[in-house]
Amino acid sequence: MAELNLVEAVNAALAYELAHDACVVLLGEDIGVNGGVFRATLGLQARFGAERVLDTPLAETAIAGAAIGMAAEGLKPVAEIQFTGFIYPALDQIVNHASRLRHRTRGRLTCPMVLRSPYGAGIHAPEHHSESPEALFAHVPGLRMVIPSSPSRAYGLLLAAIRDPDPVIFFEPTRLYRLFRQEVDDNGAALPLDACFVVREGGDMTFVSWGAMLRETLDAADILAGEGVTADVIDVATLKPLDMATILESVAKTGRCVIVHEAARSGGFGAEIAAGLVEHGLSSLLAPVQRVTGYDVVVPLARLEYQYLPSVERILAAARAALEFK
Amino acid sequence: MDRPMNADTDSQNVGSRFLSPAGQVLQRLPAFAQDPAALAPLYRAMVLTRAFDTRAMALQRTGKLGTFASSLGQEAIGVGVASAMLFNDVLLPYYRDHGAQLLRGVTMVEILLYWGGDERGNDFSAARRDFPLCVPIASQVCHALGVAYAMKLRRERRVAVCLLGDGATSKGDFYESMNMAGAWRVPLLLLINNNQWAISAPRSAQSAARTLAQKALAAGFEGIQVDGNDVIAVRAAVQNALDTLRGGGGPALIEAMTYRLGDHTTADDATRYRAAEEVSRQWQFEPIARLRNYLVNTGAWGKERDEHLQRECAEQIDRAVDAYLATPPPAPAAMFDHLYAALPAALAPQRDSALRFASPEDKRDG
Repeated sequence: MAELNLVEAVNAALAYELAHDACVVLLGEDIGVNGGVFRATLGLQARFGAERVLDTPLAETAIAGAAIGMAAEGLKPVAEIQFTGFIYPALDQIVNHASRLRHRTRGRLTCPMVLRSPYGAGIHAPEHHSESPEALFAHVPGLRMVIPSSPSRAYGLLLAAIRDPDPVIFFEPTRLYRLFRQEVDDNGAALPLDACFVVREGGDMTFVSWGAMLRETLDAADILAGEGVTADVIDVATLKPLDMATILESVAKTGRCVIVHEAARSGGFGAEIAAGLVEHGLSSLLAPVQRVTGYDVVVPLARLEYQYLPSVERILAAARAALEFK
Repeated sequence: MDRPMNADTDSQNVGSRFLSPAGQVLQRLPAFAQDPAALAPLYRAMVLTRAFDTRAMALQRTGKLGTFASSLGQEAIGVGVASAMLFNDVLLPYYRDHGAQLLRGVTMVEILLYWGGDERGNDFSAARRDFPLCVPIASQVCHALGVAYAMKLRRERRVAVCLLGDGATSKGDFYESMNMAGAWRVPLLLLINNNQWAISAPRSAQSAARTLAQKALAAGFEGIQVDGNDVIAVRAAVQNALDTLRGGGGPALIEAMTYRLGDHTTADDATRYRAAEEVSRQWQFEPIARLRNYLVNTGAWGKERDEHLQRECAEQIDRAVDAYLATPPPAPAAMFDHLYAALPAALAPQRDSALRFASPEDKRDG
């Protein structure tokens, strides 16, 4: 088994599926010869050819729209939007077409495509490179919105996304691309979509997070564990459709929940989870649901980005508020 | 009122043309049009399209159909294009292309169901690979690019044919996809129905480009203009383009010059923004009378056959309208059952709720 970081795990999953399914094609800006600006597609064009690993002109609308056409015509395109800051020209195609092609044709035409995009703050990137717009996509019926939190999760979830018969938006946390390595068995085994993962079990409270923020969340859980407080830590992984049952089950046990995400607070996906807890788990709640999120501000440039991102201290403060609530 | 006027589709250079508005032959006809009798199916298809249009408008006006976009005056485009395509090609239409869809095998019942508010109308019983009509302007050009790429990747001799309006050529989707199609040399035909009006915006306000066809030059391939009111010219140009595409030649673009004789849709009132004289003058160039004049001149057609055809079309449409009106609405569960390949667990409670509150007596919809 190889020790891979997250970007290498993405590369391994893409390579595996290109090798095993002739319908899979990759397209995007600078993904071929250059191997992608983050090297997620490194070496794939050399290995699988320029017809299946396509360097596109610089046009995000056409990248997303062409992927829809390819998918409807029987291919399994995996399109890359270089950064989520540049995903908005593709939004029309995703919302108006990818998400509804199956529905509006009663299944006659389908859209088995993946739109990959590096996202999130914390790598001192230029302006428009640090946002977390997952809630925008999680709001759209017909889509899946998937975010891995580790190399092994990235490998298994990306394989599942490519094999899924419907469109999947797959956000890769740039902060985790090279943060740590993990043993990843390159055996082509997919992880389930539409399921949350309980990454740590405890009895006193529940943490819910996804993407890069799972690191700080686990750090906070470690500190609490040193104080004798044990927590369930849930990696949401698939935000849409949401596996609320796993979250409710945990909170039924713990009664206290802290949701952590780096996207802005208002209308962030944490609000959906909190609402679900209130609707279906009110009787088990022993404290108000806490949200630790990015602020409702423009993600600051590099010098302030770690002031924006939820910190271990902010997560701990929210956890203590939940734990101390009587 | 100072209204922008569009040039007559006759007074300007409208590109390649075989028949004059009066039905006179202007140049040697292409092989498929040598025998006038062989043109009867094209004539029939145009007459059927217009008769269908007229009935759909009447259904809308009497509350039996939703908003509808008429193709009045533009019948030669849909018929010319679709008659030159092969069955396993893929048509990506916009919302004024039921003429082309009918020839592709989409049924009148399906078209009526769609405009009547029922997605089952997009589940074509024939033309299974064709796209449903596209409402967001020019977004279908991107899909056509992808469809054509898939065909090229698999070394097929199929082609993708994308229809769009003059207004669509102002959109980024059009420019991005046309540019990418040129770079990738895909078997894609872009056919612009230049009917001179994008709702209230005349062609002159849409672009300062001398022609819309010339936009293809910037993407590295040729664009040509044809008289979109001459079905022989449209079909000949499309046939020629598709032959080139099947042989591996890159994308092609045809700008078919025509005129929107009707309103934009049933929700529009074109008298608000264009002069009645402009519309009435354009009637002399419309495509059906033109081909009929030619066929009558050659002796291949006559009054009796025309009346018979009109009756035949009316009966065919009657049957479709009856079947459409007799189709019950979809079951409420259909809102959920086609969204994903399998219903996600998260959606199951909402589906249950929809079924619980669904009532066959629900008359809110009238």
